[in-house]
Amino acid sequence: MQSIQGILEFVDQIFVNLSSWFSSQLASYLPEWAVTFVMMFATVLVLIVFGLASIIWINIFERKIIGRIQDRYGPNRFGPWGLLQCVADMVKLLTKEDVTPSRADRLIFNLAAVVPIVPTFMILAVLPFGRGMVATDLSIGFLYIVAVGSLGTIGIFMAGWSSNNKYSILGGMRTVAQMISYEIPMVLSVVGVLLLVGSLSMVSIVEAQGQWRLPFIVLQPLAFVLYFTAAIAEVNRAPFDLPEGESEIVAGYHIEYSGIKFAMFLLAEYINAFSICAIATTVFLGGWQGPILPSWAWFFLKAYALYFVLIWLRGTLPRLRVDQLMNFAWKTLVPLALANLMVTALVVKLVPQYSLVGAIALLAANVVIIVCIAIVKYPRWRQDKREVVLVSRTPTPQTESS
Amino acid sequence: MTKLKTETVTLNMGPHHPSTHGVFRLILTLDGETIVDVEPVVGYLHRNHEKIGEKNNWIQNTPFTDRLDYISPMNNEFAYVLAVEKLAEIDPPERAKYIRIIMVELNRIANHLIAIGFLLNELGCFFTPMFYALRWREMIVDLYEMTCGSRMMPNYFWIGGVSADLPEGFLPECKELVSALPGFLDEMEQLITENEILQMRCKNVAILPPEVATAFGCTGPLLRASGVPYDVRRAEPYSIYDRFDFDIPIGTVGDVYDRYLVRIAEARQSVRIVDQALRDLPGGETATPKKRKFTPPVGDIYHRTEAPKGELGFYLVSDGTENPYRYRIRAPSFVNLQALPYMCRGHKIADVVVVIGSIDITMGEVDR
Repeated sequence: MQSIQGILEFVDQIFVNLSSWFSSQLASYLPEWAVTFVMMFATVLVLIVFGLASIIWINIFERKIIGRIQDRYGPNRFGPWGLLQCVADMVKLLTKEDVTPSRADRLIFNLAAVVPIVPTFMILAVLPFGRGMVATDLSIGFLYIVAVGSLGTIGIFMAGWSSNNKYSILGGMRTVAQMISYEIPMVLSVVGVLLLVGSLSMVSIVEAQGQWRLPFIVLQPLAFVLYFTAAIAEVNRAPFDLPEGESEIVAGYHIEYSGIKFAMFLLAEYINAFSICAIATTVFLGGWQGPILPSWAWFFLKAYALYFVLIWLRGTLPRLRVDQLMNFAWKTLVPLALANLMVTALVVKLVPQYSLVGAIALLAANVVIIVCIAIVKYPRWRQDKREVVLVSRTPTPQTESS
Repeated sequence: MTKLKTETVTLNMGPHHPSTHGVFRLILTLDGETIVDVEPVVGYLHRNHEKIGEKNNWIQNTPFTDRLDYISPMNNEFAYVLAVEKLAEIDPPERAKYIRIIMVELNRIANHLIAIGFLLNELGCFFTPMFYALRWREMIVDLYEMTCGSRMMPNYFWIGGVSADLPEGFLPECKELVSALPGFLDEMEQLITENEILQMRCKNVAILPPEVATAFGCTGPLLRASGVPYDVRRAEPYSIYDRFDFDIPIGTVGDVYDRYLVRIAEARQSVRIVDQALRDLPGGETATPKKRKFTPPVGDIYHRTEAPKGELGFYLVSDGTENPYRYRIRAPSFVNLQALPYMCRGHKIADVVVVIGSIDITMGEVDR
């Protein structure tokens, strides 16, 4: 029994131990400041490599599942089970001609391909991938994520504007409107959780869920739904993929990009999508916590389960229209997030921290809000039902036949 | 606060935009995302169909009509063949008539499935409903392949009958398909019709009032969704449509959502017709004795049929030679397309592609 626990502990902490072993090795022939410096760079390198490498399996995962949803196989030609498809795509993108349109604003056009990818990697820095596995545990963790995450908008708008193409300007305009609107419900929905925790640090959010002995999705189900919806819009995924709206504005802001610059946008989009799943895992699903399996395994299991939901939505839902998107953010998500925040604040003040009573009270408060929405909305859903009229054997309308 | 100086933008959509169903160009005048005006430009797929039709002889034109609306080739052949038969006063055998009805109605189901799939595609539900619809269209096309060897360009209808009798396995497979299709349509409706986003996108978008629809000369599901129960099969029964029991579904509002509902309901009615035709299918000959040369008497004829996209008419003039003197087509897609600018004004860019999808056009037929 002891030995099993020892093995589990070892596997759980394998990356942490590896890192401390590496720094102790360095310490033997480098001064202390240099060790800190090298370790910082090593951590950054690991995160970037992880980010880039994760694209490979995320991509395969996504295309295989979309294929299954659409009643086809997905990639299955290159490599066993089509696993090398991603490599083939990358080679293709890297060897493609890199076109800059003659009428484009060259500097901004080329810069815009790099800008969105920087904040995506910066977000990875504060995510706790496992127990003790966080690059830097900022005390303002969530605020940092919000601040850095909104930088991506600038890159996309730069791309849209500098391409000097009407479709891309439309895409850029849509992006700005959408991302700024959806940031508000996204942040407001998490504030309820932050009230329960009393800290912005991502690690303390996870630890607080350990103390409640419940993930916050149980205490704040509404907030989870709000966060996830707003976050999907934030990363421009279906059904909120208006900025790229394939069938309307062709590809939106990256219509003029080709080759590696186009790949950069895709890269940023995929890592962003993974990031929102990772943030949702940390804030609502109890982060790395879980029985038996090592902590990092739990984290990735939960994050990829959420990513599966993203793929599922992409495969099944139609897209919203621009005005409906704005209405949805400002008339549905923001009021709900505010209501959730108020109710949570009230309950947190009234009930004791980390108690069963508190948990039940929070859940009840959420249920009350959801029931209220249902009562208000349900009659409208019913009356909207429409059917065709079947005309059988009526006198035919007289038309002037030729 | 002074008012901002704003301008309208002219956006050129097409001719190779992913949702224009071929090569179709739209010149949009935009105020932000809102459509001020739409100017459709057609002619990119013009291939001189009507003039070539005058150079072909009467028999050669039958396979040529397959290239009009390539989604529903059987319907095109049907319209042409009926027109020539009316001109030459040929009466095909009973069995051929029933086989034609089976083929044509199966084709209507396939066409409506594709129309719904493309509509969902343009709504942003990328290719999932499309593949579901295509899977069932494939089974219908398999039946065509079994019968005449070709999936899209069948050349099955001949003047005075059909080219071959039904093959051995056709009837059981067709019966199986027809009994399974209502289940699939139910499944499709379950998945799509009640979807909140679909309803938001489709309801009250591009409303076409009945007066306007008739003024534009719209026909087919587009007109019926506006609430006009006009169907050539019922208004002016041709072939043997007066023997079948079927209903005409009409919409109540005339928006994109109604067009979607009408198409599904029509597919259900077609299933009913095929079912009845399979039940009553008589034995006997499938074609009148064939001739190598065919010359109808001098005269002219206009014959119209209800193709899946609307009223498909052929105006043929014969001067007593082997070639038609005039070969003119009234293509439903082309006429229905006229209502596009009317329906789009005041809506958003995203609605334009949805409206095109809801009209259900094929460029092969529009440009000819």
